[in-house]
Amino acid sequence: MKNPLVALLVGILIGVGGLYFFLPYDPLSLGEGPVAVTVSPDGAVERASAGDTLRRVKQRGFLQCGVSQGLPGFSNPDERGNWSGIDVDFCRAIAAAIFGDGSKVRFRPLSAKDRFTALQSGEIDILSRNTTWTMSRDTQLGFDFVGVTYYDGQSFMVRKAAGIETVRDLAGGTICTETGTTTELNLADYFRSRGLSYKVLSFEKNDEAIVAYDRGRCDAYTTDASGLYAQRLKLTDPDANMVLTDIISKEPLGPAVRQGDPQWEDIARWTLNALLNAEELGVTSENVDEMLESDNPRIRRLLGREGAYGEAVGLGPDWAVHVIRAVGNYGEMFERNVGTETPLGIKRGLNALWNEGGVQYAPPVR
Amino acid sequence: MARGQGQKRGTATLNWYNPRVRSIFYQTVVLVSVIGIVWFFAATAQENLERLNISSGFGFLDTTAGFGIIQTLIPYSEQSSYGRAFLVGLLNTLVVAVIGIVLATLLGFFIGVARLSRNWLIAKLAAAYVEIMRNIPLLLHLFFWYFAVLRPLPGPDNSLTPFDGVYLNNRGLILPAPVFDASAAYFFASLALALAGSVFLIRWAKSRQIATGQLFPAWRTATGIVVLLPALVWLIAGRPFELEFAERDAFDYVGGMRLLPEFVALVLGLTLYTAAFIGEIVRAGIQSVSKGQIEAAAALGLKDSTTLRLVVIPQAMRLIIPPLTSQILNLTKNSSLAVAIAYPDLVAVFAGTVLNQTGQAIEVISLTMAVYLTLSLLTSLAMNWYNARIALKER
Repeated sequence: MKNPLVALLVGILIGVGGLYFFLPYDPLSLGEGPVAVTVSPDGAVERASAGDTLRRVKQRGFLQCGVSQGLPGFSNPDERGNWSGIDVDFCRAIAAAIFGDGSKVRFRPLSAKDRFTALQSGEIDILSRNTTWTMSRDTQLGFDFVGVTYYDGQSFMVRKAAGIETVRDLAGGTICTETGTTTELNLADYFRSRGLSYKVLSFEKNDEAIVAYDRGRCDAYTTDASGLYAQRLKLTDPDANMVLTDIISKEPLGPAVRQGDPQWEDIARWTLNALLNAEELGVTSENVDEMLESDNPRIRRLLGREGAYGEAVGLGPDWAVHVIRAVGNYGEMFERNVGTETPLGIKRGLNALWNEGGVQYAPPVR
Repeated sequence: MARGQGQKRGTATLNWYNPRVRSIFYQTVVLVSVIGIVWFFAATAQENLERLNISSGFGFLDTTAGFGIIQTLIPYSEQSSYGRAFLVGLLNTLVVAVIGIVLATLLGFFIGVARLSRNWLIAKLAAAYVEIMRNIPLLLHLFFWYFAVLRPLPGPDNSLTPFDGVYLNNRGLILPAPVFDASAAYFFASLALALAGSVFLIRWAKSRQIATGQLFPAWRTATGIVVLLPALVWLIAGRPFELEFAERDAFDYVGGMRLLPEFVALVLGLTLYTAAFIGEIVRAGIQSVSKGQIEAAAALGLKDSTTLRLVVIPQAMRLIIPPLTSQILNLTKNSSLAVAIAYPDLVAVFAGTVLNQTGQAIEVISLTMAVYLTLSLLTSLAMNWYNARIALKER
């Protein structure tokens, strides 16, 4: 019986020894915590990935941008595979800031379920997919939101014939929605806090949810108001349905980037701010070339005629000029994709600039 | 062997000519390597999660879930925890799997036997069923049956009511729910007693038949006992439960019991799809039984149905059980497609809604995988036990 026992021991030894040689680092020292973090003299913790994202994007030659699987007005492919929408334009703006060319971006359609994992794992550089900025998402998932591209709120679509005026009238009804969104939680909060009953049907994709609503399986369909206007167009008889004016939640939709690369975060944040500042200063895709000669110091700083604001985040001096040439300012983006002239027909509302009755307000470039 | 025994007395040196020594050596190397690699991946994931500031651990299971679920077999509300939501999803998966397995097995046996029928029409119909059903992807089955179930059903305003208190509309099949009071325990006790008595009776009748050849109508008697005894107790105990009827409110009926269209569509899709595969397995099993056995049974003057029940099926079962186990496992795992038609199973509730709200993908997905692994292993265990019981006993 001794031989098998010795074979066992020798086997364990060789197994461990083999692992020790072939693994990239010592598996026994893992308990000591993250190895890739260095502490700079002033005590601030620098992560090894700082500055990595921009370098990788430049090396690759294009930006990887996570978008939705098709939401008109935000990110939607046409029959030839060309993407359009506010979220799509934002990614084009970043590509323009980096490469001076808004077309150097590849879109990765993601389900609501997969979007966070795709960003965490580095599959995409930026998530621009009508994603609500919430505290738990900002603090617990390892990424940071860089601003708000669209102030939205959750509402309901109902059949006109049902005689429903407010959300309260829906008490006891069945409501269709998409799984894995803040919508489910808001719905529960709203009805629970008012002591009203409701039944929820959560579908994996909104395509099935909207068909189930269309067939009468549910009394209402709920998602962000902007999405409701877009989904209404898919119904057999859009005019027999209406979107309630009640808004039951705050849904600030914004792009997110991975935590730990402050430079990349700054690029995304200031691209958005540049779009908003451009609208505030009256710089459009049409007049941007004339504006280069403007005497207004605020415009000169934005367009890189004064100061070195672009260089500070690793971009060229005329980064904002490229952004505005590629997609226009924020107002142009809004009107082109979801504005009153589009099938969605959404008014600026909250998304107007702060000096025009909305809440869109960007810190200045200086 | 002589050499090995000679060395046994000496110091512990390895004898490479001993196959047992070699096999233990190689198995140990492989096992240690596998454990080490798994450990390495787990440690790497842990380290990366820490570096990226992503929360980890299973503490979230005690946090309030905050979302509603449309079908709950145990008490659940929005204030319940994520752990409770996990249980609700698990039970919803189990109920679909169990009902689906029973129905698919029954239908599959029927189809398999029908394919071998001497009646041309029945055989061809069964063949057509198999070819059509198993060649359509399951997801399309689900969409088809879901929208096929939904389409002809009226809204709650025009519900079909075949009996008072029974409503059929596109919100589901609504039935009166029994409400039990204290003396209902006697009723259930009598039911259990009747069932146990029946099992005993049938066993007794069978052993008597083997011993003496005398027949006893055991099944008919057993059915009578199971129906009559509880009914008698029910009357004596003064009808211990009432029916709670559903009532109409603004949108829907409230109260009563309810069968959701999502549930019906899922069970229907899983059953019809899996039954096609089971039918083929049953056919293969039956055809594997030697023709001589059937001819011998005919020569003894057994009826066709008796030949099938007592000669063919018992021998075919040995070939049927192992692949049948695979189909049963497939059905359980395929039920995870439920989220496509909004049935709240484990994947929809836990790996869907909970995953998105907590963002803890590794924990949620590994827990979900562990559940399916456990379910599959338990099913295999039960089927292997059954297979060993019916295996050919060589005397």
